[in-house]
Amino acid sequence: MRFLLLILPFLFFGKALGDDAIPASLTGAKGDPQRGRAIVANRQVGLCLLCHSGPFPEERFQGNLAPDLRSAARLTEGELRLRLVDPARANPQTIMPAYYRTEGLTRVAPSLRGKSILTAEQIEDVVAYLVTLK
Amino acid sequence: MLCMSLQAGEIPLGERRSGYEFMGRDTRAMQDDDSTNPALFWLMDGETLWKRKDGVAACSSCHETMKGVAARYPKVAGGRAVNLEQQINACRSERQKAAPLAYESRELLALTAYVARQSRGMPIEAGWNERTEAGRALFTRRQGQLNLACTQCHDDNWGKQLSGTTIPQAHPTGYPIYRLEWQDMGSLQRRLRNCMIGVRAEPYPYGSAELVDLELYLMWRARGMKLETPAVRP
Ligand code: HEC
Ligand code: HEC
Ligand code: HEC
Repeated sequence: MRFLLLILPFLFFGKALGDDAIPASLTGAKGDPQRGRAIVANRQVGLCLLCHSGPFPEERFQGNLAPDLRSAARLTEGELRLRLVDPARANPQTIMPAYYRTEGLTRVAPSLRGKSILTAEQIEDVVAYLVTLK
Repeated sequence: MLCMSLQAGEIPLGERRSGYEFMGRDTRAMQDDDSTNPALFWLMDGETLWKRKDGVAACSSCHETMKGVAARYPKVAGGRAVNLEQQINACRSERQKAAPLAYESRELLALTAYVARQSRGMPIEAGWNERTEAGRALFTRRQGQLNLACTQCHDDNWGKQLSGTTIPQAHPTGYPIYRLEWQDMGSLQRRLRNCMIGVRAEPYPYGSAELVDLELYLMWRARGMKLETPAVRP
């Protein structure tokens, strides 16, 4: 079931609509931008600020390995979702981790095997937050 | 396909920089002054252990100086790479007939630091062989839940900020080190395991062939750079 959930978006949208967007919500519901913001800002959960900077005046340390998250404004919701689910499909050499993938990884810590970095609900929350940056 | 190894963007020899150069002024000063470098206590213990008879002999019964030795380790013999800690333990069990010391024990860190200190300022000597090749394969392989290879941070993105931390080039020039975050001395393998845990990978066990191969590749990558043991790191 879990596996199906993970693979479904690829089967339906990846192939049918080209590789640059996942238009439909992974959960069928809209995410919560407040929760999304908290996930993005949290170094243990979202990890985003390890690499990115963004509009988080309360966070002193932000990364500069990646563009400021405000650059996400030019992307559609579906493009943002794809970049979280599996950014390698936008850029095969990317250093950005796939937040919703469990396959094709090497030597994952035993307690995390079979788990994606974020859940489908969390992905939707983050997407909902990122579209507010427009 | 997804776990392909990456083409290492090796750092040109002239652009290599020790982790020391990425540190703040206070941390550098702490390393530079032997009397404020916290590793001093391990060096003193190391000297005591060096001279103390354990089993049938003391290290000093057979050896005079260890000058230059650490600059040549890990050493490859019989198709296997052996690091300095393992060589010290081999002498303990085979020559001294004493029990080997546990990885990361105060005694093993102290002896290793004492031995490696004698190569401070000497250039790393490392050739290329099939164990180095194996180490490079590990360095360039994506791993862990975050799916990142060592090379992606340390070759491709050194000097940039990972959150509040500047990514260094990962040169093994100062080990064992006193790390402020650990408030303790630690080996190169401890540092490598930390980076593996950071990408949410299962770290290789202490003393495993994989970690020693990685050490060997790192020494080759840093060939010609000067040892600075015992270094201080943030
Ligand atoms: C290990 C570093 C890393 C982490 C962690 C990371 N990213 Fe990224 N991200 C990148 C890089 C680098 C890029 C630039 C494009 C590329 O190389 O794929 C990027 C691109 C993006 C883009 C596209 C931006 C654009 O202008 O095209 C978005 C949106 C994004 N990341 C969001 C996030 C969010 C949200 C998180 C946390 C849930 C996150 N990233 C975590 C490295 C990272
Ligand atoms: C996500 C980026 C990242 C990845 C991937 C990574 N490291 Fe690191 N590494 C760091 C950072 C950041 C530091 C410095 C930590 C600090 O100073 O607090 C570091 C420090 C080191 C050091 C210490 C250098 C010194 O000056 O003492 C070594 C050696 C090292 N890493 C090796 C590795 C190896 C081997 C791998 C692969 C198994 C690896 N790293 C993967 C970010 C990374
Ligand atoms: C009974 C004599 C004896 C004792 C005691 C002894 N060693 Fe050795 N050690 C040797 C011999 C012989 C070699 C070279 C052959 C080999 O590699 O085993 C050697 C090699 C070494 C090397 C590698 C030198 C090189 O150039 O590769 C190191 C390092 C070392 N010993 C450290 C120690 C330490 C530390 C102790 C004390 C814990 C110690 N030894 C105790 C006899 C001894």
